[in-house]
Amino acid sequence: MNLLEMNHIKKSFEGGLEVIKDISLCVKEGEVVSIIGPSGSGKSTLLRCAAMLEKIDSGELIYLGQKVAWNDSHFKSVYMSSSDKKKIEKYYGFVFQNFHLFPHFNVLKNVIDAPERVLKLPKKEAEKKGLALLEQLGLSDKKDAYPYQLSGGQQQRVSIARALAMDPKILFFDEPTSALDPELTGEVQKVIQSLAKERMTMIIVTHEMQFARKISDRIIFMERGKIQAEGTPEVIFGTGNERIREFIGRLQNE
Amino acid sequence: MDILTMLKQLGGGMLVTVEIFFLTLILSLPLGLFISFARMKKNCFVQGGAKLYIGVMRGTPLMLQLIVVYFAPYYLFGMRINHYRFLAVILAFSLNYAAYFAEIYRSGIESMPIGQYEAAKVLGYNKVQTFVRIILPQVIKRILPSVTNEIITLVKDTSLAFVISITEMFTTAKQIEAAQTTILPLMMAGVFYFIFNFIVAGVMEYLEKKLGYYK
Repeated sequence: MNLLEMNHIKKSFEGGLEVIKDISLCVKEGEVVSIIGPSGSGKSTLLRCAAMLEKIDSGELIYLGQKVAWNDSHFKSVYMSSSDKKKIEKYYGFVFQNFHLFPHFNVLKNVIDAPERVLKLPKKEAEKKGLALLEQLGLSDKKDAYPYQLSGGQQQRVSIARALAMDPKILFFDEPTSALDPELTGEVQKVIQSLAKERMTMIIVTHEMQFARKISDRIIFMERGKIQAEGTPEVIFGTGNERIREFIGRLQNE
Repeated sequence: MDILTMLKQLGGGMLVTVEIFFLTLILSLPLGLFISFARMKKNCFVQGGAKLYIGVMRGTPLMLQLIVVYFAPYYLFGMRINHYRFLAVILAFSLNYAAYFAEIYRSGIESMPIGQYEAAKVLGYNKVQTFVRIILPQVIKRILPSVTNEIITLVKDTSLAFVISITEMFTTAKQIEAAQTTILPLMMAGVFYFIFNFIVAGVMEYLEKKLGYYK
């Protein structure tokens, strides 16, 4: 079954700028999908629509066969009730470009607070799970540190641990390494790669071409609010399409 | 009259001053949060109401507000309430300070990065949890210096209660001054306000340090 299904999504921002023009996208369990494309092409917005951080104007959003948003008779999207949405939010985790850790919580608390408060796990159990996750991501010695004491790479790994602690079925990454120094991107990419090996379902918006090529089952090339090409890394990187070749070439040379 | 007798007489007034101070804080801090919520609502009636309230409270003298609150029940409704004098002071001070606190809360809440809300949302926190666990603790840290300013002003403003003849310390000091023709009690009152504020500033600095564990 498709974990996530987006059908004919349209999204405009106030002022009429149409950022997403009729995009459809399906993601199966265990699939790793990368979205690449120039800035302003709507990649992040698409991801944010999937995570309900932005409202879609028109189209369908479906998680595990459950319709979250659908079109009314005027082709305007209608969403399910807020309480039902809260249940759907548990299906996915989101990793932001700028981490957005909670600065007043230490590392362990950042990871276990939501499982405790939202999933109502007993404190002991949440802690055990949190510590295991921190260990897995190489952050055990940082569990009592506060976010401001960590490097960007460490902060991003904490935010991945925080998302994983909720046991999501699918993880969204919005340019997870764009805010990091080149030397720190490696440690975050390694973590995402190991998740890919464990068949974690992921959608990753990224500018790192080699990284996308290495970990993806499928790459989507977006431009001007549309999917211009879609396929396995071999297909996309071996494409005859001038525009895509130019885009990939430019980023690889950087 | 010797200094000791003066101090004794002033002592009763000090107690009233301290009472006004704490009761006003206890009431105006939560009320201010409530008003700041109204001020940030999208509904234009709610927002407009809050704006008008804050405008009036900040735009007219506290002394006048004290008089209005004290005399309004009688002149508007013909009501005579027993022991209303003290209640009127607390009411007027709380309503006035809540307006200032509301704007301080608003500045803190609106300065929070939207990412904190989004992170809380994708983790499934509901609105109340998001505010209480994620937003408010950070807001308190941010607004503490402005709140300290306001609280220090409150200590000195308590002296305004004399306009409706509450015998807080400043009133007492003025009475002794008039009877004994000496400005000594007023000087002593000044020293008292200074010490009171010294303690207040110390407590607030301690709180700021306690919240300094993160950036």
